[in-house]
Amino acid sequence: MHSENRLAYWRANLRLVALCLIIWFVCSYGFGVLFVEQLNRIRFGGFQLGFWFAQQGSIYIFVALIFFYAWQMNRIDRKYDVHED
Amino acid sequence: MSLQALTYLVVGLSFALYIGIAIWSRAHSTGDFYIAGRGVSPLANGMATAADWMSAASFISMAGLIAFLGYDGSVYLMGWTGGYVLLALLLAPYLRKFGKFTVPEFIAERYYSKAARIVAVICLIFISFTYVAGQMRGVGIVFSRFLEVDVTAGLLIGMTVVFVYAVLGGMKGITYTQVAQYCVLIFAYTVPAIFIAIQLTGNPLPQLAFGSEVVGTGTVLLDKLDDIVTSLGFNQYTSGTKSKIDVFCITMALMVGTAGLPHVIVRFFTVPKVRDARISAGYALLFIAILYTTAPAVGAMARYNLINTIQPGEVGAVDGNLAYDDRPEWMQTWQQTGLVRYEDLNEDGRIQYYNDKNADFSSRAAEYGWEGNELSVDRDIMVLANPEIAGLPNWVIALVAAGGIAAALSTAAGLLLVISAAVSHDLIKGIFMPKISDKHELLAGRIAAAFAIAIAGYLGFDPPGWVAQVVAFAFGLAAASLFPVILLGIFFKRVNKQGAIAGMLTGLLFTYGYIEFFKGLFLKWAGAPWGENVAEHWLFGISPEGIGVIGMCLNFIVAVTVSYLTAPPPERIQRMVEHIRVPRHFDEDHV
Repeated sequence: MHSENRLAYWRANLRLVALCLIIWFVCSYGFGVLFVEQLNRIRFGGFQLGFWFAQQGSIYIFVALIFFYAWQMNRIDRKYDVHED
Repeated sequence: MSLQALTYLVVGLSFALYIGIAIWSRAHSTGDFYIAGRGVSPLANGMATAADWMSAASFISMAGLIAFLGYDGSVYLMGWTGGYVLLALLLAPYLRKFGKFTVPEFIAERYYSKAARIVAVICLIFISFTYVAGQMRGVGIVFSRFLEVDVTAGLLIGMTVVFVYAVLGGMKGITYTQVAQYCVLIFAYTVPAIFIAIQLTGNPLPQLAFGSEVVGTGTVLLDKLDDIVTSLGFNQYTSGTKSKIDVFCITMALMVGTAGLPHVIVRFFTVPKVRDARISAGYALLFIAILYTTAPAVGAMARYNLINTIQPGEVGAVDGNLAYDDRPEWMQTWQQTGLVRYEDLNEDGRIQYYNDKNADFSSRAAEYGWEGNELSVDRDIMVLANPEIAGLPNWVIALVAAGGIAAALSTAAGLLLVISAAVSHDLIKGIFMPKISDKHELLAGRIAAAFAIAIAGYLGFDPPGWVAQVVAFAFGLAAASLFPVILLGIFFKRVNKQGAIAGMLTGLLFTYGYIEFFKGLFLKWAGAPWGENVAEHWLFGISPEGIGVIGMCLNFIVAVTVSYLTAPPPERIQRMVEHIRVPRHFDEDHV
C-alpha cells in the first residue's frame, strides 16, 4: 500500500510536469520560433502576434506556469500526505 | 549639479547601502557563508535570485543587442526566462530536499564517486569563468563611462571593486545585499524606459508602448521602425536573419543552461522548505520578467531614437544626415571611451549610418554619395546611452550608472562565491583535505576568489564577443555538462557513476571544443579560433551559441548507454533518489 502510494504520488507529479512542459514548449518554441511567420500575419494590438509571443507573451506564460505548478504541487503533496508542516 | 557629481553621489549612496547591509548580515558560520543558514524567505530569495541572475549582460547588453538584432534578439528574452520553468519543475525542489551546499556535492553523492565530483567541479569552473568574463567586460564598460576613462582602466577599477566586495560577505551577506541591488537596478531600468515610452508614444507602459502609435504620426512604432531601418539597407526589425534551427537551438541552450547554472541552482538551497523552493523560482522569474519584458521595448525605442538622431531628414537628401559638428553631447562623451567611433569617409562633414554590407543597397548608397557606414556604435552602450540619447534629466542618467553597477556587482559576487565554494568546499574539503577547519576553508575560498577575479579580468580585456554573447557560451557549457546528469540523477535511478562521468565529459569537451574552434575562448594565445565562423561551416547550421543543445543530447545518450552497459547503482543510492522525490517522508520510512 505504501509503496503504491509512493508510486501514485510520483506519477501525479510527472503528469503535472508533462502538462506544464507541453504548454511551455508550445508557447515559446511553437508560437515564437517555429510558426512565427504564420502568426505574424495576425495583428495583436500594434504587434505582429508571432513577434509578440517571442518578445513578450512567452515570458508572461512562463511566470504563470511556475505559480500554477507550485499551487498544484501543494495540493498533490497534501493529498498524499507528504506536505511539510 | 553636474552630471559627473550627480553620478558620484547616486553611485556612492547605493554603495553605502550595500556595504551597510553586508555588515549588518555578515556570515558567522560556513552554513551562513554558503547557503545563508537556510533562513531566507521565498520572496526575498526570489528577489535576490533575480539580482544575481540579471547581470551586466541583462542590464547593459541585452536591450542593445535586441536593438540591433530585432526579432533575432528574442533568443535571449525567451532563453533567459524559460529556463526558470525547467528549474522550478525539474530541479529546484529535489535539490532542496537533498539539502547540501553545492552542486558538485549532489553529483558526488548521487553518483557515489569522488571522480564524478572532480569532473563536476571542472565543468563548474569552465562555466563560471566564461560567465564571469562576460561580466567583467560589462563592469569595465560601466566604470569607463562613469569615470570617463577608457575601457581598460574601467576594467581594472571594476576588478578592484569586485574583489573588495566579494571578500566582504558570504551567501548571507550577499543575499540581503542583492535584495537591495534588485531594487536599485529595476528602478534604474524601468524609470528611463517609462520616460522614453511617454516621450515617443504617450503610453507610460514600455511593454505596450512599442506596439503603440508614435506621437503625431498615426503609425505604430514597430512598423515605423521597420520602414526606417529597411530604408537604410538594414534587415526588417520584426523579422530575423538567423536560420530557424539556429534560433531554436540558441533558445534551448540558454534555457537549459539557465537550469544548469551552479550559481542559480545554489540559490534554492537557501530557502527553508521544499515548497518554498518551488514558489521561490516563481517569484524570481516574476521579478526577472519585469526587466525582461521592458528590455525589448527599450531596444526598439533606442534603435528608433538613435536612427532619428543621425538621420533627422529624408534618406538620401543632402542635408538629411546629422552634421558632425552638431552632434549631441552624449556622442562626444562616448567617443572618449572609444565605444562610439566616427570616420568621415565621403568628407561631407555629416554622419551616414547605414548597412554597407547589404549588396542590394550599395547602388542606392552610391547614388546618395555615401561611401560606407561612418558611425560605429558598440551595442553594449545602448542602455547606458539611452537616457542621454532621449535627452532625459541628469539624475536619470546617474541612476542608470548605479543600476548597471548593481547588476554587474551582484552577479559577479554570486559567481565568485560559487567558484570559491567549488574550490574550498568541493576540492579542498571534499577531496584533498577532509579534516580542514572551517576557518581555513573560508580562507581557501577567498584566495580562490582572488585568483578567479584576476583570470576573469584577463578574459574581460579581450572577450570573444559582446557581453551577452560571451555569457551565452557559459550557458551552452552548462546545458551540455551539468544539467543532464542532475536531471538524470533525479528522474532516472538506473544511471550510475560511469554513465554520469562519461556523459559530463562528452558534453563538456564537445561543446567547449566547438566554441573554441569557431570563436576562441581561453586558447586565444595558441591561435584559436581555427575555424571561420560562418553558417556554411557549422554543424547542422548551428552557431557556437546554440551548440550546447547538441552537447546536451550527446551527454544524455552517452550517460544512459554507458549506464546500461555497466552495473546498476547500489541499493542505498536508489533509496536516496526515492527519498529526494518526496518533500516529507512517507510514514513507512520511519518504521
